[in-house]
Amino acid sequence: MSGTFVGMPAFPPFPRAAHDAVRDTTLRGNLRHATHTIRDKRAKAVAELADWQQLREAGKRIKDDTLRHLDRYLVQLEESVTAAGGTVHWAADADEANRIVADLIKATGETEVVKVKSMATQEIGLNEALAAEGIHAYETDLAELIVQLGDDRPSHILVPAIHRNRGEIRDIFLEKMGSWGRPAPDGLTDTPADLAEAARLHLREKFLRAKVGISGANFMVAETGTLVVFESEGNGRMCLTLPETLISVVGIEKVVPTWQDLEVFLQTLPRSSTAERMNPYTSMWTGTADGDGPQTFHLVLLDNGRTDALADDIGRQALRCIRCSACLNVCPVYERAGGHAYGSVYPGPIGAILTPQLRGTTSGIDASLPYASSLCGACYEVCPVAIDIPEVLVHLREKVAGQGGRGHRLEKAAMKAVGWAMDRPAVMAAGERAMARTRALHPKRPPGAQAWTDSRDLPELPEAPFRDWWKKNRT
Amino acid sequence: MRVALFVTCVNDAVYPATGIATVKLLERLGVEVDFPAGQTCCGQPQFNTGYRHETEPLVRRMGRVFEGYDHIVTPSGSCAAMVRDNYPRIARRAAAQRRGADLAEAAEFLVPRMYELTEFLVDVLGTTDVGAYFPHTVTYHPSCHGLRLLGLGDRPRRLLEAVKGLELRELPGAEECCGFGGTFAVKNPDVSAAMGTDKVRNAAATGAEVLCGADNSCLMHLGGILHRQDAPLRALHIAEILGSTEAEPHV
Repeated sequence: MSGTFVGMPAFPPFPRAAHDAVRDTTLRGNLRHATHTIRDKRAKAVAELADWQQLREAGKRIKDDTLRHLDRYLVQLEESVTAAGGTVHWAADADEANRIVADLIKATGETEVVKVKSMATQEIGLNEALAAEGIHAYETDLAELIVQLGDDRPSHILVPAIHRNRGEIRDIFLEKMGSWGRPAPDGLTDTPADLAEAARLHLREKFLRAKVGISGANFMVAETGTLVVFESEGNGRMCLTLPETLISVVGIEKVVPTWQDLEVFLQTLPRSSTAERMNPYTSMWTGTADGDGPQTFHLVLLDNGRTDALADDIGRQALRCIRCSACLNVCPVYERAGGHAYGSVYPGPIGAILTPQLRGTTSGIDASLPYASSLCGACYEVCPVAIDIPEVLVHLREKVAGQGGRGHRLEKAAMKAVGWAMDRPAVMAAGERAMARTRALHPKRPPGAQAWTDSRDLPELPEAPFRDWWKKNRT
Repeated sequence: MRVALFVTCVNDAVYPATGIATVKLLERLGVEVDFPAGQTCCGQPQFNTGYRHETEPLVRRMGRVFEGYDHIVTPSGSCAAMVRDNYPRIARRAAAQRRGADLAEAAEFLVPRMYELTEFLVDVLGTTDVGAYFPHTVTYHPSCHGLRLLGLGDRPRRLLEAVKGLELRELPGAEECCGFGGTFAVKNPDVSAAMGTDKVRNAAATGAEVLCGADNSCLMHLGGILHRQDAPLRALHIAEILGSTEAEPHV
């Protein structure tokens, strides 16, 4: 397993990756336990707010309004950040963003950076790009640390090591911490307190030494130029305050117009993600301040496919996402297939609509993602910004089906044939009768039907269709 | 009252007993039932697989076939949801491409008139006790489209609770998808089967004799798993339970 999703040889299509995952009983157990626990806690936290649906609607509208006028708000943000002492850079894609960050770090003369948990930097494969330039990037979020030490890939937006249990984490710490810095204490147990203490000691060394910090942001306020990070551990706060230089890489859709808009998301994000009324650490910074925190601040605004998504009138709602991961925790497909099957830093239902929009649908994995859902709608129900994920999935299926290839040409022909028959009741009835009359001859597992019959029996066909009963008994 | 039955293609071809039970149940409650013979399929499989254009003729057909009826009753939550949720969407998409005014007309006509069976019984007929008799233990799986798109809520449960002789058992994780999902069942067979197997395990744990649902497509999937496992539990549509009486019990 490798630690990146970017520039990798093709991931297998979702069904093939899921084929192995559903048979991994440890993974299934870990995921089931974790997703059900957080799912139930979230439901309780959300139920506490009588105005949840209004908050959800407000979050949706704030995001939609911002996306509609994104050009204006981004320019306003640049002016605000610049006026507060920061420098704004614009990156069209992953390569450009990585280049900008690498050059900024090199200009400081440093070869080590500490990182706040960030989806955007995972998306662009920043750690690997920096490694190629001789710069070590250390993840400081506990779960990201587990993933990094284990040379693993994250499998969840909020809890990237959700696929690991405590025993596995202890083994990774014992085996790998020493080669990255302070080793894990001998006799480390798998109790949460011991694991957290080992991580604390290991990371503290890095916080105190680092001169450059890298972050993303949950929100950027256009009117003030303020960036906001929500976190639970306080490790992000360390990275945001101790280093001399702070570089934040943020997707352009993370901007909100005003400070007051945060009121909504400060309520909906923690309850949706960690099921907390309020997250333990909310860090906000506006440019630089003399003698307090980083003295140099760079903001890299990242497009990387976002304006393509914005151009799609149905798909663009995916850009409302605030990365809470409630949709992952409630998704029955994610629960069985696990995050790695999605072949992207964004797994689960949101990944299934975001990844094919950011990366396009030409690869096998990206073309398979819109189908990685039973359209049960549980994701839409919990989404705090009301992204109609099933609607976007079906819309993206239409795109994939339209581009042909990989069996879709045959499928389209079949759909056309069925559609033709369905528009001719006599033809359909004749087909039904033919099926019913020959039912004794049908094999239990007809060739070509393995996808159904490998796990399920086919229903027994009736003697005659309903319409024949009707004709005989009611006309 | 006169209603049109939209039996659905799956029930017509594979589960006629559900259609027959629906007719007898409605007639028993004093409703006059018509079966417009021009009906075929709502187009859900095509639409949800990404073939929106191929769905449009079926939207038009539905509009023509059920013209003149104030109530269209269907024993399928997901087909009712297809009409209510997706027909307006299909019409809007066509309008955005400056075509298909007739699609909007069909959607406008059908949406307020399309009722899922339990919805029709409880909301329109105003009844929960339909005089049914079914002396078995039953657990109920609320399929996703009925649950989330139609908001059927406790209607099916209230109907089942009023059935004489029936003992209703709580299904753990009832609101979780069974894994059918139309073409999902064959495009992602491993995940679909894993979901179905979990659902069946939960149903079996209730000790019920019957796994009841309001969507035969989900029951085809769950019933297929049960049959393969040779499980002492069978899948059955709610119409067949509500249609069963002491005079004419379900066999």
